[in-house]
Amino acid sequence: MIRSAENDMSRKEAVIRTERVTKIYDSGEVQVEALKGIDLEIDPGELVAIMGASGSGKSTMLNILGCLDYPSGGNYFLDGIHVNDLDRDQLADIRNRKIGFVFQGFNLLARTTAFENVELPLLYSRQQEIGDPAQLTRQALERVGLSDRARHYPNQLSGGQQQRVAIARALVNQPAIVLADEPTGNLDTRTSIEIMATFQELNRQGITIIMVTHEHDIAAYCRRVIEFRDGWIIRDQEVPRPHDAGKDLEAGRWKTASQPGERP
Amino acid sequence: MKWKNLIKVAFKSIIKNKMRTLLTMLGIIIGVGAVIVMVAIGKGAEQRIQNQIASMGTNLIMIFPGSMQSRGVHMGPDQGVQLTLDDVDKLKKNSTLLEAVSPVVRSGVQVIGGSGNWNSSVWGVSEQYLEIRDWEMTLGDFFSANDVRAQNKVCVIGQTIVKNLFANEDPLGQQLRLRNVPFKVIGVLKERGQSSFGQDQDDVIIAPFTTVYYRLSGQPHIHQILARAASLEQMTQAQAEITAIMREAHKLPEGEDDDFTVRNQTDIASTAQETTKVLTILLASIASISLLVGGIGIMNIMLVSVTERTHEIGIRMAIGARSRDIMVQFLIEAIVLSLSGGLLGVLIGFVSTYIVHLATDWNTVISLENVLLSFGFAGAVGVFFGYYPARKAASLNPIEALRYE
Repeated sequence: MIRSAENDMSRKEAVIRTERVTKIYDSGEVQVEALKGIDLEIDPGELVAIMGASGSGKSTMLNILGCLDYPSGGNYFLDGIHVNDLDRDQLADIRNRKIGFVFQGFNLLARTTAFENVELPLLYSRQQEIGDPAQLTRQALERVGLSDRARHYPNQLSGGQQQRVAIARALVNQPAIVLADEPTGNLDTRTSIEIMATFQELNRQGITIIMVTHEHDIAAYCRRVIEFRDGWIIRDQEVPRPHDAGKDLEAGRWKTASQPGERP
Repeated sequence: MKWKNLIKVAFKSIIKNKMRTLLTMLGIIIGVGAVIVMVAIGKGAEQRIQNQIASMGTNLIMIFPGSMQSRGVHMGPDQGVQLTLDDVDKLKKNSTLLEAVSPVVRSGVQVIGGSGNWNSSVWGVSEQYLEIRDWEMTLGDFFSANDVRAQNKVCVIGQTIVKNLFANEDPLGQQLRLRNVPFKVIGVLKERGQSSFGQDQDDVIIAPFTTVYYRLSGQPHIHQILARAASLEQMTQAQAEITAIMREAHKLPEGEDDDFTVRNQTDIASTAQETTKVLTILLASIASISLLVGGIGIMNIMLVSVTERTHEIGIRMAIGARSRDIMVQFLIEAIVLSLSGGLLGVLIGFVSTYIVHLATDWNTVISLENVLLSFGFAGAVGVFFGYYPARKAASLNPIEALRYE
């Protein structure tokens, strides 16, 4: 483990804990080992960026963390639940209760209003007491600042607004973690910073966020960066002074790229 | 997911794709509509035949001369034993189940009288004939037992005769000459139209059988005996009784075939009814095929829809839809599609049936049973053909479905 043991002891129970998690894709003759034994712990309230080139295993890791896929070996505990033991339906319930997804392509249902999109996870909920769905939906939209867009369809919203609807949808079930797969990949720099400001604000409210990105200036807004290469974690470190997206917006930082060296 | 929510999700998805929804339903609409129209036409024909049978007088029994077969050799009508007036007397005297009996002596004649001449046939019958056939008069009276006894030269004529010979005058009291024998017209029969076998039932002159038998026909036998059973329930017993009396009268030994044939009208008519029943079934099967094709249409569109919505299914699975939720959503969509298609089909079936009725003047009958059956069948088609696509959708892998563009 890369982090020190004493540090772990002092913290609360980790929301995500993996023990030697492997993933092998078996396509007949060729076996591809996408993950080669990942030990990872993420505590409640963290804002983590997972980085790495394509093929590094970061997407595979995200699928496993998101309970969309089973690990080939090792153990995965999410919020204390041993995910390996669960069947397909139980995995679906875990995704519904514990995980909020945000995707690169927004993945909103077309011809469906923002409100209905955000409401959707509540419709699939099997929990007895989830409260009033309409109330929860309005609250989630309010948290991302889109109360006035509830009746809009995705094609009537900008990319940034669509992504914020997706974030509201991820939040509506009050999940243990929010998993974001390149949430700014389809957005321009300014909108990207706006989305990061939303994530930082939510994180300050105590929500655990894990996002995959390959942009260093986006990762710079996170408090911890984990880098994958060839199925291994090669770097896992705290960001000493994360950028503040809110301040960057005020300062107009998107006009002059924050790290000029990164831009061609 | 709760049922209420599942239905909500399915309905939203149907409403969001109006064009696709309509196209999918079209097959079912046409199928159900066709079944209703076709069966309505078939049933209408059946009912028409039934009414005709009722109008023929259902407890009518006919006795024809000659058996169908005698010791394996088919006999022509002239070779067999003929019916005689003696038979009629014996039937009248000995039967307990017959209400009325009448001989029928038929003869083709050239009729002269009124405004010209006409070729028709004259039927010699007893005074009970009207009662046996359940016929009615519009003018004058039928002849009496007295007329029969006295061989009076009186007759009752049908509407076709009236039309052809007495178009502009009152036929009552007029004279008609049949083979130079003058007959006085004392009554006119009510119009009966064509029989179900295409005969003009109004082209007829009816006179006492004694008069026809002795003065016109020249043949020493009668063509047919008509009898009316006292009740419909006792038709079979009455026929058996007639057979016994006739065998006795003709002195047929045990084991000998009958030299006459006893039939009732329903036997003949039921053949026609069978035919229309077959027609109904045929029409219904053709229409059912279109319903089946409609069902395949639903499956087709649902399969395309599953592929087209793979990404959507991925999203739903990612946010926590179980396989069953997806399956039920697609199944409900299929059922709602086919049921609303069925409902529209019923509506269109009603309208088209009415149009067919107006355009062709055919009898049409829409039965509740038929409507419920085709509606139920439409629902079953939805479940049956919706199941496979629904299962396909439910078995998708969430990661691959999400990646699908």
